[in-house]
Amino acid sequence: MKRPFENLREYPRWRKGELMKLLKLFCGAIIAAVLMTGAASAEMKKVRIGTEGAYPPFNSFDADKNLIGFDIDIAKALCEKMKADCTFVAQDWDGIIPALLANKYDAIIASMSITAEREKKVAFTNKYYNTPARFVAQKGSGITDTSPEALKGKVIGAQSSTTHSTYLEDIYKGVEIKLYGTQDEANLDLASGRTDLVLADSIVLLEWMKTKDGACCEFVGKDVTSEKHFGKGAGIALRKEDTELKAAMNKALAEIIADGTYEKINKKYFPFSIY
Amino acid sequence: MSTVDITAVERPEVSSGRPWTTGRVVGIGVLALYALIAFFLIRMIVVNYDTEFVGRYLPRMLGGLWITIQLCTSAIVMGAVIAFPLALARTHTSRIIRGAAYGYVYFFRGTPLIAQAFLVYYGAGQFRPVLQDWGLWWFFRDAYNCALFTFTLNTAAYQAEILRGAIANVHKGQWEGAHALGLSKLITYVRVILPQAFITALRPYGNEIIFMIKGSAVASIITVFDLMGETKLAYSRSYDFQVYLWAAIMYLAMVEVLRRCWDKLEVRLTRHLKRSEE
Repeated sequence: MKRPFENLREYPRWRKGELMKLLKLFCGAIIAAVLMTGAASAEMKKVRIGTEGAYPPFNSFDADKNLIGFDIDIAKALCEKMKADCTFVAQDWDGIIPALLANKYDAIIASMSITAEREKKVAFTNKYYNTPARFVAQKGSGITDTSPEALKGKVIGAQSSTTHSTYLEDIYKGVEIKLYGTQDEANLDLASGRTDLVLADSIVLLEWMKTKDGACCEFVGKDVTSEKHFGKGAGIALRKEDTELKAAMNKALAEIIADGTYEKINKKYFPFSIY
Repeated sequence: MSTVDITAVERPEVSSGRPWTTGRVVGIGVLALYALIAFFLIRMIVVNYDTEFVGRYLPRMLGGLWITIQLCTSAIVMGAVIAFPLALARTHTSRIIRGAAYGYVYFFRGTPLIAQAFLVYYGAGQFRPVLQDWGLWWFFRDAYNCALFTFTLNTAAYQAEILRGAIANVHKGQWEGAHALGLSKLITYVRVILPQAFITALRPYGNEIIFMIKGSAVASIITVFDLMGETKLAYSRSYDFQVYLWAAIMYLAMVEVLRRCWDKLEVRLTRHLKRSEE
């Protein structure tokens, strides 16, 4: 009668000491790898930055598909201060927070306003700029009053999932609101007359009105303000658990403001301070 | 003389049940995988069920579903109206008419639906003064109309090709027979050719409608709040992945209803080909 497991003997067995040697080698490799990445991270932190790339003058692509703009320059300055190795990832606005949470990148530097609703999902650094929202309309539209009552029957365009779109949906009930994937598309439909007004960031609109397409239009009404909707300005969004990165970012932000780097970048794009 | 012991006869071993072939094992494995995925997806909906969330987004998504159904139905019906003359033009004796019809089909089958939708919507915006002169701006101003216009032209091209192929597939003898009976060309089409062509065209037609239902999601990028548009909006507000799952279920339900209708239609159209059960 065959004993159970007897035939196991037929398999090659480890010779004495051989297994131990292999185990040592394996552990050694792991320790070395950990040490090396540890050393590398001490030298150069890898930070992936998500941005939209369709929001001039803050972030957009130039003709050679390089990311350019105020946000990008600020991001690069921050990375330099943090001694981090930064890479950029372009992501559609609609999915920009979900992609951060899904670990596709580590920080959003894309002119994102710090609002209470977003703070439920992500953490924000201190603001890095703050510009008011404004309405634009076609020249000669005769619109001066931009209160919800005065705009009854008009069509207002905005980029979807922005602070501007939530503001419109909350306050301008009874006014038709059209939402677009990008700010450019919203502007295009204002120029063609499908919409009567567009609500967006004043700087972004100002930049657009300098272009050929944007020459059709002008600001109407005063600055649109609402702390609840527009928050405390634009900040850098991070995952809530990345507290270390948040501290580093805030420190770097304070440094570039203190040493004049921020001012230099600001001057490059705007003749006035937007902080 | 002894009796033969029957039990001693050697019999071939009878295998019980089906054999475990590789195909069977793989098949069961794949089915198990499907069941597992379905289980986790359904579990996700059940576990994450939130009355407030559902109350806020589900009605809007159902509204979007209704827009999708309207958009597809109108586009398919109006496309069919254009498709029939187009199919005839494709086989016309005049070279110019044939060429024009071919050019139309060539363009709409050869470019992506999303590009066509952008071209119509933002293109119309650029030509506003011209369109206003022609009194057409009111139509192109509305995003829904633009989507409907694009989808109708697009599906007309596909439907025309399906119809043309199906008509060409009807045997020549049918034409000759009808001619010999002295039937007019119109009557021949309506009573003889088309009923036979529809049998061939039925399945490709069903496919085309399914493509249209799924393709209609393109409308969401030109600001129409169809099912996909509402889903994207809900996702960008809630960051909750399950809204896409709901949308998938709704699209699946639409296609399933269509599939069942098509099975019934096929039975009806081919009833003369069935042998009676006597």
